This record gives sequence, C-alpha cells and structure tokens, in this order.
Amino acid sequence: MNIQQVITEIEKVDPEVYDRMNPRRKVIQQFAKLGGKLALSAVPLALGSMFSKAYGRGTNGTILEVLQYALTLEYLEAEFYTKAVASGIVPAGAPTGAFTTIRDHENAHVTFLKAAITASGGTPIAKPTFDFSAGNGSGNGPFKAVFTDYGLLLAVAQTFEDTGVRAYKGRAAELISNNDVLTAALQIHSVEARHAAHIRYMRRNFLSNTTIKPWITGKDTGGIGAAVQASYNGEDLAVQAGITITNINGMSISVDAATEAFDEPLTDTQVLAIVDPFIA
Amino acid sequence: MKLISTNVSEDQHVPSTKAAGRRKFLAQTAGLLTIAAVADSCKKDKDNNNNGIDLGSGDIGILNYAYALEQLEAAFYTQVVASPFSGITDTEKKLLTDIRDHEIAHREFFKNALGSKAIVALEVNFAAINFASRDSVLGTAKAFEDLGVSAYNGAGKLITDPAYLLLAGKIVSVEARHAALIRDLISNGSFADNTVIDANGLDLAKAPKDVLMTASSFLKSKINANNLPTT
Repeated sequence: MNIQQVITEIEKVDPEVYDRMNPRRKVIQQFAKLGGKLALSAVPLALGSMFSKAYGRGTNGTILEVLQYALTLEYLEAEFYTKAVASGIVPAGAPTGAFTTIRDHENAHVTFLKAAITASGGTPIAKPTFDFSAGNGSGNGPFKAVFTDYGLLLAVAQTFEDTGVRAYKGRAAELISNNDVLTAALQIHSVEARHAAHIRYMRRNFLSNTTIKPWITGKDTGGIGAAVQASYNGEDLAVQAGITITNINGMSISVDAATEAFDEPLTDTQVLAIVDPFIA
Repeated sequence: MKLISTNVSEDQHVPSTKAAGRRKFLAQTAGLLTIAAVADSCKKDKDNNNNGIDLGSGDIGILNYAYALEQLEAAFYTQVVASPFSGITDTEKKLLTDIRDHEIAHREFFKNALGSKAIVALEVNFAAINFASRDSVLGTAKAFEDLGVSAYNGAGKLITDPAYLLLAGKIVSVEARHAALIRDLISNGSFADNTVIDANGLDLAKAPKDVLMTASSFLKSKINANNLPTT
C-alpha cells in the first residue's frame, strides 16, 4: 500500500489535508515506514486511526476502531502469557499462579472485545502472527530467549503491561460518547494496571532490586534498558494540567513521587511503533 | 471566579499529536460547559449545613468527589506512616510511604485544580481502624484502594470534558497499582482475584452513591452528592 499516494488522492478533493494532519506530518512519514512491517490486518486499522484523528472523532467508526486497537493488544498479551505458562520456565507455586491468572484475564479480554466489536456492528480483526523475540517474524530478535530465560520473560511481561495501561489511557477520551464502552475500557485498564504492579513486584523480588516498585518512577525501565525505553518515555511528568506536583502546596513530595503518582498515556502511533517488532 | 478549564486547556503535557485538536475542542466546547457547571455550583459549594457538604454538579462535582476520596486516602496513609503497625518491615514502610505521597499528591492536585470550587477539608473518622495492627491497616488499605479504583471506573462516564477524563485515567491506574500491592502484601497472588475481577476480566465500577455509602463510615463530615450527574 502506498500511503503517500492515498494522501495525494485525498489532496485532490481536500487541499487542506496536510494542514488537518499537522502536526502529524512526521507521524505519516513514520507510518509509511511501519506500514510494510505491520500485519496486513493492522494497516487499515492504523490508517483509519490517522484519518479519523485528522477529520474528527466521536463517531461509531472511531469507537469500533478503538475496540479493534484494544483487541490487537489483548491478542498480543493473551498469546504471550499462554506461551509463558506453557514454557515451563515459570517457577511452580506463586509465580505460575500469577501468570495463569493474568493469562486468563487477557483471554477473557479478547473474548469480551470480540463480542463488543460484533455487537457494535463490526467484524473482529484476525489475530496477527506474533514474534515475541521482537524480531518482526525472524524469531531472532533481541528477546529471542524470552521463553527460556525467566528474568527476560518478566522484563517483557512488565513492558507489555505498562504499555497496555498507557495504550488504554491514551484512547479513553475517544470513547466519551459511549458510556458502556468507555466504562468497559476503564475496567480493563485498571486490570492491566493491577497486572503491571504484580509483575513489577515479581521482578523486584526475583532480582532483589528495591528500585523496582509496583509504580513507574520517572521514565525508568527498571533496568531493562534501551530496548524498551519507548514504553517509558514521557512517564516522567511532574506537572499535571499546569500544576506542579513536586512539593505541591508545601507538602514534601519528591520528584520521584510526583512522577509515580500519575501514569501517562501513549498515542496509538507510539504504541504501534512499540508493538511493531513483535508482529511478524 | 477562577475557571479551572484555563489550567487544563493550557496543559502542555497532553500528547503533542493531539494537543492542537484538544485545545481547539476545549476552547470551543469544554470551556462553555465548564462555565455552566461552575456557575451552577458557585452558589452553595462550601456550605456545610444539615444536608452535608455539597460536591456540586457536572464535572466540578465529579472532581470534588475524587477530591473527597483522595482526602480520605491521604489522611489514612498519613496516619499509617506516622504510627507504623507493629512488626512493619522496611519494605512495607517504604512502599506505604510512597503510597502516602501519591495520595497527598492527588489530594493537593485536586485542591489546586478546583481552586475556589473545592470542597472544604473533610474530617475523618478512623475509630474502627487499629493502626497498631497489620491486619487492620492492610485490610483497610485494601478496601480503600479497591473502592478508589471502582469509584474512578464508575465516574469516567459521568465526566464530559475529555481532558478531565484523561486526568482521572492517569490517577486510577496508580490506584490500581496500589490495590495490587496491598493485596499482595496481605496474600501474595491476590492482586486481581475474583473478588474484584469478573469472568470477563473486568474490574469493579461503582456509582458515586454506592462508593460514598462505604466511604461515609470513615468520615465525620457528611457528603451531599445529590447534585452529581448520574448518567
């Protein structure tokens, strides 16, 4: 698919198409690069997102599109935890119990979202083919040991959960016209946050690293490093709605606490870029 | 009169790709809605008469509702950290101190965001809590955190301004992280058990009246939520 050609066509009937998308020009360039690598089913999804943002939102189309976006992320998580539990590397007892609990929730989210999409008159997108090594299908990406190295498994799990929380947050406002869908999305969002907290606590104990906490400090990856930095960039805000949180009203609130107290959203473009290497 | 939408519409921290559209939207729509809501709630918001402390109406009412819950949580954890339960571990003390700071940050954020529309400081009633007992403290913390998550989840649909919805979203996931940790401290692995997550994998969502019924047993101050939106 030639994205540039699509936009050129639109330009013929709407000369202001670029203005509408500004400041999304950079996003379009990025998207053109991504397009070739994204699962075919996800391309119209991401493209639809780009245009619905440029041309307004709040339509039923937008709501369906957010649901499909959520379904893509839940497919990713559900398959990840299914493979994790089946891998045999998660220690028996509490760790396997936690992974099983999370796996079951992610599968329940997939089922729920599919039903919600169908009920809204849509057709659930097909599950993409995933590559949890983050190798775009090569199976040879930076996380190729994910199902043989328990520490790495926890690191990828943490990243998926923290990213999932940010992804739902980033699109909740687009659901504001539909109370039922918005509430359900919020109910999934907080479950992902509970998962994130628990996985982070598991990593803290597994690594004996007390700097890893159930909440996100600054934009710290918890020692995972540059490969997942995009999932944490922007988490270090200490000002909310123009109000400085650090030492607010004379209270002793550290910068760390100020950043931990608020989780930050990610846009669909940011999330798709993060998820892209995991799609074959 | 200070319009809190002024702060939000000038927010530099919404994702930049959305900022332009959101600002425009706020300028055209939300500002008007907020003016109406503020004007409506100006008359009686700080009165503490027999009907209780009026949270107000519209988005202001919902923000005051959140402010009330954050006041309760912040007061609780302030007491927890000031008089630690017997046998508290270093890990527990540090994490509970973090939570205290997060709740104070939330409380003060709402206070400042609401400005002159903020309800008064609430008086709490913690007589039923034994702060020397780990079970009592963590059991209460679990109740508060799960309640807070269900409150934000239930209030989302009552908010009309997308900027406020995003702010509520930024806070609720942190409350959910707290809930998970507190539950794990009580019983490892109970971070998202079936007492809070249903068969669809959904967390609780509760209406303000149900949340306030539970919260009221920990408050001396009487809250009047009669003017809150219900749909």
